[in-house]
Amino acid sequence: MRALRSMGPIFLVLAVLLVLIAAANPFFLEPAGFLAFVKRAAPLVILAAGQYFVIVSGEFDLSVGSLVTVQVVVAARLIDGEESATWWVLALLIVIGLLVGLVNGVITTGLRVPSFITTLGMMLVLSGAVFLWTGGAPRGALSETFRMFGRKDLGAVPWSVLILLVMGGAAIMLMRSDFGKRLMATGDNERAAGLSGVRVNRTRILAFVISGLAAAVAGILLGGFAGVSAQVGQGLEFQAITAVVLGGVALGGGRGSVVAAMAGALTLEALFTLLNLYGISGALEYAVQGVIIIAAVAAGAVRLPFKRVARA
Amino acid sequence: MNRSIAALVAGASALLLAAGCASDKPTATATAPGASASAPAVAASSGTGEQSKFFVQADFDAELAMRTQDAEGPADKPWEQAIAPEMIDTAKYKKDGPYHLCFSNAAVNNPWRQVGWKTMQAEVALHKEITKFTALDAEGKDDKQISDIAELVGQDCDALIVSPNTTATLTPAVTAACPKIPVIVFDRGVETDCPVTFINPIGGYAFGADGAEFLVEKVPAGGKILALRILPGVDVLETRWSAAKVSFDKSQLNVVGVEFTDGDAAKTKSIVSDYIQRHGKIDGVWMDAGATAVAAIEAFEDAGQPVPAIVGEDQQDFLQKWKDGGLTAVAPTYPTYQWRTPVIAALKILKGEEVPKRWKLPQPKITSESLDTYLQPNMPPLHYALCGCEDLPDFPAKWGGK
Repeated sequence: MRALRSMGPIFLVLAVLLVLIAAANPFFLEPAGFLAFVKRAAPLVILAAGQYFVIVSGEFDLSVGSLVTVQVVVAARLIDGEESATWWVLALLIVIGLLVGLVNGVITTGLRVPSFITTLGMMLVLSGAVFLWTGGAPRGALSETFRMFGRKDLGAVPWSVLILLVMGGAAIMLMRSDFGKRLMATGDNERAAGLSGVRVNRTRILAFVISGLAAAVAGILLGGFAGVSAQVGQGLEFQAITAVVLGGVALGGGRGSVVAAMAGALTLEALFTLLNLYGISGALEYAVQGVIIIAAVAAGAVRLPFKRVARA
Repeated sequence: MNRSIAALVAGASALLLAAGCASDKPTATATAPGASASAPAVAASSGTGEQSKFFVQADFDAELAMRTQDAEGPADKPWEQAIAPEMIDTAKYKKDGPYHLCFSNAAVNNPWRQVGWKTMQAEVALHKEITKFTALDAEGKDDKQISDIAELVGQDCDALIVSPNTTATLTPAVTAACPKIPVIVFDRGVETDCPVTFINPIGGYAFGADGAEFLVEKVPAGGKILALRILPGVDVLETRWSAAKVSFDKSQLNVVGVEFTDGDAAKTKSIVSDYIQRHGKIDGVWMDAGATAVAAIEAFEDAGQPVPAIVGEDQQDFLQKWKDGGLTAVAPTYPTYQWRTPVIAALKILKGEEVPKRWKLPQPKITSESLDTYLQPNMPPLHYALCGCEDLPDFPAKWGGK
């Protein structure tokens, strides 16, 4: 009950949006219609879960959008339509994701570069590298097996929904583990956490690695969903951050639940779907995200004093 | 506390939605199928919205007429052909070789420009009299292209080829270059006639009309059409849509939606899926560019529906889908072979031969009859079939083919 109350509001918003979508599009109420929605939301939900780990530890990860683009472009070029190349390329993509997260984490903690700058730099490095390597436009093609994860179903359930359930479940377990508690403590008060024996740097590096892994999986799902595109990851980092903030997670770290962050991503996707259903799309999506970020953070600032009182 | 977030967000979304409903309702409840479409009053309610402010009736009429005109020049080399050319004398530019050609390129940031750029380099390599070819890539930035042009003018170029990034902003830079060296402009234009020649295919109106007329012919009256556009406000894309709008407004078709995809495959697929869900069935898809046509087709496949009549472009992945699925489709083109023409024009000018002032290249469309001619399974998925590059050295390897 307590847990439900602490992450209640986002679920209320989500429920309202889902009802509105169902009102405009009755097909949404059928299992297939709802699963199609979850399938479309899965990459963003996974990204938001990854971003949550970084944000709750008090940092940002702006590199996930371009990392997703890298994943898709690299996969297309290396697979080049060959089914047999699928599995080692999938493994390579996961390694690239982990590695980028590791570099982000090590630079942020070891060199004490603010993560905003580290990951902004990483975003530019990755986009530049993709541009250089492809000469501006992606080459090659993804194999059917690669695309299966983002596009096809296992029985009646899309693969991406299954992968989302596994990733989401793992994220919840992680936050319940000792690592989750150390991560939360690090974001809440780095010094206090350090003094009480938390290896702050190691904890944060791991958070970045998780975010990189999430980006790798999201890239695999997105590439599968719609095929090769050099714009696939554009703006995803801000969508993920918006989703996390929308879930009531405090920027600056230390507060919020991963379930609410994932619900925030579903809410954002529901909002986009609704806008699309009512024929408002395109540029307005950015405006909506902007309003949400500002409104949610402003609301968070207002509640701070109450929280302190409650804790005392 | 947390409730205040919910309240704010809910409030904000409610406002946005309210605004959306208000502005969208007329479109959503648009034309009843089979409404008489010839009366001008119906045009406003055909679901296509207001006519673009980029629409120019005279240009529209001229382009549509050009589609049936025969081009002059060798039929097997459309990049050397010109529609209704008005030749101009270039004797004053005549000089002896060898030549140093310079090229200010807007960008190579999409597959169309990549194919074109490779084709142009291969064309340059054909001509022994071109001993030096200097090309600067503006990376899609107007300011960089302005300084690129100034820099190239300062070098010892014999002729300058410009593919402008945007029309209005690059005009002063081109105007400044004209008195110093012969300038050849292609693809997008500039607002001055000081270049010796301006080369491009027939244009956006013809492109848009080719697709729309196909749907009007193939889709029964009252059929639901979804129009997908990349983004608003770009002249070459606005002309495509405005010509399609003219066709749709005159037809019995019901345009149920005009959406912007940002050229993003995932977004295209989501939009099309939403429309399939909302309307049960879509009878035709019009697109202002074919790069995301395959994503649109996949949306129908994934929904378990037959693919309706669709407009794509000459990219191999679309042609392959078309062939494999036996689709009802058409591919208007904006041929990449136009990248060969500026090099040929530059040499003609430097040799004092006549060139057309407005060099209008033919702009064929691919139909189910000509599909097999253009489908090249050995080429990469994003390759454009109308590159006119098959006879160039190192084809297909240089273009990524096998």
